[in-house]
Amino acid sequence: MKPFNRREFLKRSAVVAAGTLPLSLVEVAFGKNNAQNFTFAYISDSHITHIKGKEFVRNWDRGLMRAVAETNLLDPKPDFVFYGGDIAQLGKPEEIDHGLEILSGLSGKTHYVMGEHDYYNDLGDYWQKQLGADHYSFDHKGVHFIVLNSILTYEKWMYQKWDKGMDRMKQMARLDNPHGQPFMVGDAQRAWLKKDLAKIDKDTPIVVFSHSPLQKIYKGWNFWTEDAEQVQALLQDFNKVSVLYGHVHQIQYNQIGNISFNSAMATAWPWPYPKAYTQVASYMPKLTVEMNRADPFFERDATGWQFINMDTGNADLHYLLPDNANRVVAFDKQAGHPADTQFQDVSKRIPPQSHY
Amino acid sequence: MNTKIALLTLNILSALLITAPIKADNFSENDVIRWQNEYMSVVTDGEKLFHGGLKSKNTVSCDQCHPNASNIHPETYPKFQQQLGKVALLGEMINWCIMNPLESEPLALNSKDMVALQSYIHYERRGVPLAPGKH
Ligand SMILES: [Fe+2]
Ligand SMILES: [Fe+2]
Repeated sequence: MKPFNRREFLKRSAVVAAGTLPLSLVEVAFGKNNAQNFTFAYISDSHITHIKGKEFVRNWDRGLMRAVAETNLLDPKPDFVFYGGDIAQLGKPEEIDHGLEILSGLSGKTHYVMGEHDYYNDLGDYWQKQLGADHYSFDHKGVHFIVLNSILTYEKWMYQKWDKGMDRMKQMARLDNPHGQPFMVGDAQRAWLKKDLAKIDKDTPIVVFSHSPLQKIYKGWNFWTEDAEQVQALLQDFNKVSVLYGHVHQIQYNQIGNISFNSAMATAWPWPYPKAYTQVASYMPKLTVEMNRADPFFERDATGWQFINMDTGNADLHYLLPDNANRVVAFDKQAGHPADTQFQDVSKRIPPQSHY
Repeated sequence: MNTKIALLTLNILSALLITAPIKADNFSENDVIRWQNEYMSVVTDGEKLFHGGLKSKNTVSCDQCHPNASNIHPETYPKFQQQLGKVALLGEMINWCIMNPLESEPLALNSKDMVALQSYIHYERRGVPLAPGKH
């Protein structure tokens, strides 16, 4: 194996990326007083995998390195970066450290969300030691940001007698595990959320970050949060709410009442849409125009990252997709929901967007 | 030609036919169940190989990109694989994945592991109409 040389790679991929970035970002009025414009970047699901010694899976390393290099090229610079969870594949300290080393190449502040692949080896101990709390909130330029740990599950299952934490991790790491456990935010965090929101004005735009969708799409792969409706109920009183989530490794979007939902691409690999598994029913939001079917021969295809601007408080996602045309899913004010700026109309769809 | 010998030969042949356990077109409900179980046990082997049971040099497994063997489209093979510039078998594409994302050694197309993987992949796609060549 070739020695790992991050600096050299970043230098090379920066040259490649420059040509693929949009020439200019849309200048937007942001926040309830339209006073300050800003964007932020959103990177997710890198699944850094330790093989042995100093070896890591090259493909997944590359995806994250590319996202970091491209993010640093954004102009104007994003105010901060959100990392959407699943830094690691099996929650090993080596994986979290290696992922954070690559992410340390980002200029500016990064916020982190807990993914199930970060959590179930040691119930989040190492991740929290490195990154701090798994749920918190902060205000930025008139917008209230909330981070939740949505990948908890039944305590009875989590705390049953496991020989090793890694046995529990491997149960959770298998997406199609027939004995899988559903994700949930849980009573304690929902109580915290209620308290946190009590002091926020109803016109303040709210952005919630979770790893799993705070909506129910397909339980078999945990494209699902068991107490989604209860979390939604707490958010529904606010005029502009955006929920941004990872985990699904694909483009999804939806609108439920006042809440807009948008997902992140993975930097590692794409996942099929649930309807591609024909043995069971799933509930993909009808609004979603699906990403192009992945070409396995190009290892970055159907992976990517995104940057976000908020036109008067709603999230507009710009998907940066190597080996693929970039996509923009922006809030359509007239329709009152997120929409793809190019493909939303059925007549505009292209053959690679058909999944079966 | 000795007719006695000819008759004797005929007798031996018919005796063989009568004592043979089953005729080719004559099998029972139990046989069907047994054969299905034989198939399902290979499906189970394939499911294990698919979920980390293959010797993968970089630990990556098939299910990481293909939960429930989805997005493989076994019903479309053989098909023109544009990246290879030829009509390819499902087995060749499985080997492509083993060699690239898994960075490992390909399987013989008639190996036990290849048969098991395809058994599992087809089983998860049961009921979908054949669509050879479809993109
Ligand atoms: Fe993930
Ligand atoms: Fe996840």
